[in-house]
Amino acid sequence: MAKDAVGYALSSLNKLASSEVLDKIGLRRFIERMAYTLTKTGFRVITTTARTFKASKKLDKPERLTAPGHTTDLFDLNITEEQQMIRDSVQAFARDMLRPAGEKADMARQTSDETLAAALELGLNFFAVPEALGGAAGERSTVTGMLVAEDLAHGDMGQAVAILAPMGVANAITAWGTADQQSRYLPAFTEDKPPKAAIAIAEPSLLFDPLQLATTARKEGDQWLLNGKKSLVPLAAEAELFLVAAQTDDGPAVFIVEGGSEGLSCGDDPSMGIRAAACRPLILDNVKVSAANKLGNGDFDYRAFVDMGTLAWCALAIGTCQAVMDYVIPYCNERKAFGEPISYRQAVAFIIADMAIEIDAMRMLTYRAVCRAEQGKSFQREAYLARTLVKDKAMKIGTDGVQLLGGHGFTHEYPVERWYRDLRVVGVAFGGLHL
Amino acid sequence: MNIEIPKKFRPIMNNAHQVALSVFRPISRKYDRAEHEYPKELDMLASVLDGFNEGDPESSAGASQTGKGRITNDGSVKNGANMSTCLGALELSYGDVGFLLAMPRQGLGNAAIAAVANDEQLERFKGKWAAMAITEPGCGSDSAAIRTTAIKDGDHYVLNGEKIYVTSGQRADCVVVWATLDPALGRAAIKSFVVEWGTPGMELARLEHKLGIRASDTAAINFTDCRVPAENLLGNPEIDVAKGFAGVMETFDNTRPLVACFALGCAKASLDRIRELLKQHTTLDYNRPVDNVSAVEAEIYKMEADWEATYWLAMKAAWMADNKKSNSLEASISKAKAGRVGNYITLRCVELAGSIGYGEDELLEKWARDSKILDIFEGTQQIQQLIIARRLLGLSSRELK
Repeated sequence: MAKDAVGYALSSLNKLASSEVLDKIGLRRFIERMAYTLTKTGFRVITTTARTFKASKKLDKPERLTAPGHTTDLFDLNITEEQQMIRDSVQAFARDMLRPAGEKADMARQTSDETLAAALELGLNFFAVPEALGGAAGERSTVTGMLVAEDLAHGDMGQAVAILAPMGVANAITAWGTADQQSRYLPAFTEDKPPKAAIAIAEPSLLFDPLQLATTARKEGDQWLLNGKKSLVPLAAEAELFLVAAQTDDGPAVFIVEGGSEGLSCGDDPSMGIRAAACRPLILDNVKVSAANKLGNGDFDYRAFVDMGTLAWCALAIGTCQAVMDYVIPYCNERKAFGEPISYRQAVAFIIADMAIEIDAMRMLTYRAVCRAEQGKSFQREAYLARTLVKDKAMKIGTDGVQLLGGHGFTHEYPVERWYRDLRVVGVAFGGLHL
Repeated sequence: MNIEIPKKFRPIMNNAHQVALSVFRPISRKYDRAEHEYPKELDMLASVLDGFNEGDPESSAGASQTGKGRITNDGSVKNGANMSTCLGALELSYGDVGFLLAMPRQGLGNAAIAAVANDEQLERFKGKWAAMAITEPGCGSDSAAIRTTAIKDGDHYVLNGEKIYVTSGQRADCVVVWATLDPALGRAAIKSFVVEWGTPGMELARLEHKLGIRASDTAAINFTDCRVPAENLLGNPEIDVAKGFAGVMETFDNTRPLVACFALGCAKASLDRIRELLKQHTTLDYNRPVDNVSAVEAEIYKMEADWEATYWLAMKAAWMADNKKSNSLEASISKAKAGRVGNYITLRCVELAGSIGYGEDELLEKWARDSKILDIFEGTQQIQQLIIARRLLGLSSRELK
């Protein structure tokens, strides 16, 4: 296409960059910052290495959790007493800690140490590690994990991701790891100061498909050589442990990569929402991984590994949508226009009715997929349908939440604009988490 | 938590599915064209269903079984008659919603009798086909505005008024008529009466010509000084202003998930058919992200996701009823979602099949006409939204009109 008037104008603007006029009128810094953001220059930080992972106890064979014994053949939406107790404490934590800290954590792009320490006291890590390795898990508790994610996100999704990302790694190693991988990496998750960790699947490519990875893993002797770039990796700069998905000659595989490995670094790419999760791109430049660190062996199911993350995102979205609805209900009852509460108008009230309908719809589809996963049944179709529904309906609720608050909703005075930004992630994220 | 259909319901689902494919589908187009003609093929089927209802209510698909069943409250989880009825109705609707509505002795009137009749009435109306008459020319969703009056005169009530949209009103043996004992007292004064055909003063005004569900007749009935025995009043004859409308409305908590299942069955027919028609043009393996597939594949995935979510919403509402949990909100949620999703899917499937879908060689266009009523009767989309919104916002009908 030939250069038109706009193109010529841009060219002259470009020339302006070398102009001394900019310095004279003090515009230089502003314009340079724009250029920085556009080109994403090579700002890198090294990843974290804080401990040596070593096995204190050797397993003969991998520990695999069984399907829970309490479920029967009957359709049943009840949860167990234990699940209710966990929900009660997680809900209180989300209400008292996460919600009040939401705005600050979002601005700081960081979940505070204080919050993470308080989250640890919930003891959730123990449900990710089998009893034989010091944890408390005997049966799979996928449904519990889903409910926890939903309840945490009712407080704040960004911080919820920061809390859940390490547990996702532990869950995945419990679900898929070899005996050696389990005994080497899992015990640390039950320590007083468990490692930060995250799963890296997504890549900064258009129309990304988790089964078509640009990141490669090439076998060289008894090592794998990893190259590529991952995006939206929670806690990337602080994590001591990563599960990185990469393409091999035999299709996608997942590798356990320790923080601080040579060639492993992370960039900086602040995103629209879930900023408290401290997501960054993860760059792999000839990172060497021992052959023993390729996750799992015969029974590894990459599709299920990805879907377990997708379902975690669905659960988070449901929690955040519930937060939106719980927020707009009292707001619309109190906010008056034309002499009466705006909730008296069907145009307003029906939006809220639709929120309730779709939140329940998202729940049923997500719960169904998670129940099947917990019981060891196939759940690819169910997870696919859940994501398809949730990413659309959740965003609708996010945008309606802001709409109902009008101009107020657009400001940081109210949390709905953050929820709006957070909810967009559900259509974007792959990995990062694992129920 | 377990979100699966229990194995024990497989036989009834399978039976209903067989009826849908072998009895309903082959005559679907015939009675769509021959509106008002009685589908005599249904008589034999109805007898079979009666057998199910008599022998094993848990395996019955009949509307007369909603709200009851062999449930004892021992604290354990129940999957009972509400759920099995919903599942059976869904499968039958997969065949043809019109026929399901036209099934002898499975009318909404039968559901009302099953829900509120006393033992003596149950015995007296046993085996009768009962239609339901609520709507009037001047009152649709607003049932408190009913103007048909029932004035006590000795051991009779005298009914006067005009009822419309009475499903199977002419074919049924009797009609459950909603009438007010005193229009000044609002909802609390509305009672239902079983009026048998042949009662002097009860007269068929006309049968409607409709957009869809043409196999199911829709009658307009006039009542002129129609004397009904006092013992035909269902429920409590006293006007209890405190309790008000609740008793009458309870029926809906059981029937709304059922109507949601009508919509689900109808939509499933369309969805299955469009997948079949487009088999050569689509790959539906739940693998590539939905934004990376073709537009038609994405649309089918989205419809399937909506359908499946709606299905489990209906199961949730039915499960709550089976377990004696209050489910008014969930019943409305399932009906609202099913009404809109069912209508959307059936219409979209016609569109996706192009002129083939629009033509009468396919049933897609029929299902798209049938589905519209399911977002209207048993409470329109907007009424469900009102119920849901009032409940969530804690507003009265005076505040949120």
